[in-house]
Amino acid sequence: MQRIGVFICWCGSNIAATVDVEKVSEVIKQEKGVVFATNYQYMCSENGQQIIKNAIKEYNLTGIVIGSCSPRMHEATFRKAAQAAGLNPYMVEVANIREHCSWIHKDRAEATEKAIILVRTAIAKVLLNTPLAEGESPVTKRALVIGGGIAGIQTALDIAEAGFEVDIVEKNATIGGRMAQIDKTFPTLDCSACILTPKMVDCAQNEKIDILSYSEIESVQGFVGNFTVTIRKKARYVDENKCTGCKVCMQYCPSKKGLNEFNMNMNTRTAIYIPFAQAIPNVAVIDPEQCIKLKTGKCGVCKLKCSAGAINYDMKDEFIERKYGAIVVATGFKPIDLDNFNEYAYKDSKDVITSLELERLMNAAGPTNGVLLRPSDNAHPKDITFIQCVGSRDVSGCGKPYCSKICCMYTAKHAMLIREKYPDTRVHVFYIDVRTPGKNYDEFYRRAVEQYDVDYIKGMVGKVFPMANGKLLVQGSNLLDNEQIFIESDLVVLATAIEPEPSVRKIATLLATSIDTNNFLTEAHPKLRPVESPTAGIYLAGVCQGPRDIPETVSMASACAAKVIGLLVKDKLKTNPCIALTNENMCNGCSQCANVCAYGAISYIEKEFRLGGGKTEVRRVSYVNPAVCQGCGACTVTCPSGAIDLKGFSSKQIMSEVETICKK
Amino acid sequence: MQEVENKEFIPTIVAFCCNWCSYAGADLAGTSRLEYPANVKIIRVPCSCRVNPMFILKAFQSGADGVILCGCHPGDCHYMTGNYYTRRRMSLLFSFLNYLGIEKERTRVEWVSAAEGARFSMVMNDFAAKIKELGENKRLQDLRIKGDR
Repeated sequence: MQRIGVFICWCGSNIAATVDVEKVSEVIKQEKGVVFATNYQYMCSENGQQIIKNAIKEYNLTGIVIGSCSPRMHEATFRKAAQAAGLNPYMVEVANIREHCSWIHKDRAEATEKAIILVRTAIAKVLLNTPLAEGESPVTKRALVIGGGIAGIQTALDIAEAGFEVDIVEKNATIGGRMAQIDKTFPTLDCSACILTPKMVDCAQNEKIDILSYSEIESVQGFVGNFTVTIRKKARYVDENKCTGCKVCMQYCPSKKGLNEFNMNMNTRTAIYIPFAQAIPNVAVIDPEQCIKLKTGKCGVCKLKCSAGAINYDMKDEFIERKYGAIVVATGFKPIDLDNFNEYAYKDSKDVITSLELERLMNAAGPTNGVLLRPSDNAHPKDITFIQCVGSRDVSGCGKPYCSKICCMYTAKHAMLIREKYPDTRVHVFYIDVRTPGKNYDEFYRRAVEQYDVDYIKGMVGKVFPMANGKLLVQGSNLLDNEQIFIESDLVVLATAIEPEPSVRKIATLLATSIDTNNFLTEAHPKLRPVESPTAGIYLAGVCQGPRDIPETVSMASACAAKVIGLLVKDKLKTNPCIALTNENMCNGCSQCANVCAYGAISYIEKEFRLGGGKTEVRRVSYVNPAVCQGCGACTVTCPSGAIDLKGFSSKQIMSEVETICKK
Repeated sequence: MQEVENKEFIPTIVAFCCNWCSYAGADLAGTSRLEYPANVKIIRVPCSCRVNPMFILKAFQSGADGVILCGCHPGDCHYMTGNYYTRRRMSLLFSFLNYLGIEKERTRVEWVSAAEGARFSMVMNDFAAKIKELGENKRLQDLRIKGDR
């Protein structure tokens, strides 16, 4: 005979304001199987849990139902409390009377009635619960970081610091990411490369860190603690172990017209190249689209000149399979394409550039060696206009609805740097709002306005007209003066919105983790679990989760590392006991269940059955591997003989819930 | 004046929600205080593919007026391919229900992600309104042989 206890939570006034909790517990007391029912202000509190524990012991309860917030919130809390009182934690059911009841209904009578039905439904389920025991699975003590920008670098360094092995998979030929392209960082104006490159070197020298550059994720299998990942190491046609990074090949390569991606395509590079001087690994790579030897078979100059013998034109993509306990996604961002923004004449004029292009133009290692020159005629620009929110906060559908967060600060930085270096330049900034929350950020922006006399204009730009004299006419509105203004400019800089690196979509699919409508990866909880993905064992660092600047990215990376270390120090993980189980007597070995299992958890075994009269027969029956089964239940519905059921969500339990809801 | 019996028809609606997307979406609707009718009652299942067509038949047999099944968007299933099975099974079941004389509007499959609290509330409002319009459902009869076995 089952003895059920019911505990209704007020959640302060969150539930009690709309649901008559007294009435619910009174009515529920009359239910079949219920021997105890009560209500309390905060069931999740220490006192509330004590009430549960005491009742379990006093009334010798065999199952409990908590009417409270969502089980996604406190199911674990109540299971722990039950366990502490000696009750199997899987004999606990939560009726969601907050999110699914009190918060969405205003009528007290209606909400109370619904709460009663929801609690009854949970009772109907718990009456059919069976005690379950968690299994264990081992943890592979190695982490994978996807993306070698500052987020990936920081995560890897912190994980390695704790003594765990970590691999960085970077799709480009070098790690460093976007931060390597940036000239100076706000609000301190220190040189980006000067603070980033030592960290890159640290990664290369750390024996716990393995950098797999020019590589991509091909497939991912497994689950938290036990991922098996296949990595495609793309052919770079240069032996990484032999290349010394001497760059002699680059001097002799006759194919010199490739666009230099690192400099935002603003100058050219050779077909064999090292992306930038401080690249890690400092190893050349051949662009197969551009290399004469690989395209026509005639050339081979670099091989002739390479004293290390590192060049190998026959190199093929290589596949590496490795096991990991945890995976960190740090895939970063790119500026959006400006195809939808013809009004800014980005395609029509060379002198309309994006902010990232400006970073390269101002960088000492950039295409102009750090001298600010107009791309069209190499003249010094005297009038520079910045346009903010290009594609950000755009609900028209052309751009992105979100704020890219970093643009206000880097535009202030650019304006300030230009005014500092070229005091005769006039700098105008069109803005919708200036958003500068952050330590020393608003002070920084004030400095641009007050100290450096940057002309901030509240308003948006309607159109940029390239003029016959080579200048650009910027037509905009000044909202504060309520007038239309025209500014003749030599250079127009667009603070382009940022979006997640497009490859993240494929990666999210491989990792079976969720992604939002803007292609940002979704966190497990927006406030309390910001660096974990909803998929166990997958963590998120940097802009792949949402727009953020370098300090926030580094904090997030370290937070990820802490989460990963917390996982990897465990020898075993508890596994979800709510998994499929075959009733061997009913199974006829038809293989349907194995066909639908996405995890390959189902195999078949030969088993001997007694037939009676001393006779036996050997039959093929399905076997669910408890370490691999994730408990989705696909097999349970597929089975034509109804031989597989899901523990914790059995057919009988769900049918009983359905009946209770429908009872009139 | 003649007294008219004015008993409003309140349909019984069962909503199956997958734990990872739609149940979380329903939670978000709650956190965002987005109302939908109280006659919608949610049953939590690990994945939409856990919902056996039998459960839906059972609901109609027990007196449900509408059954809605919510899962992750195609391609976003927490269990990778679960909702694809749901989609196939339910399209078969729904045409079968139609054949049995249960209007196909009484059943529905919707994809609601964990971030779509507003969509969850909108879907439930819409579905509940539709069921109310359709009126009371004919109860499916259980014609299996009863008695002690």
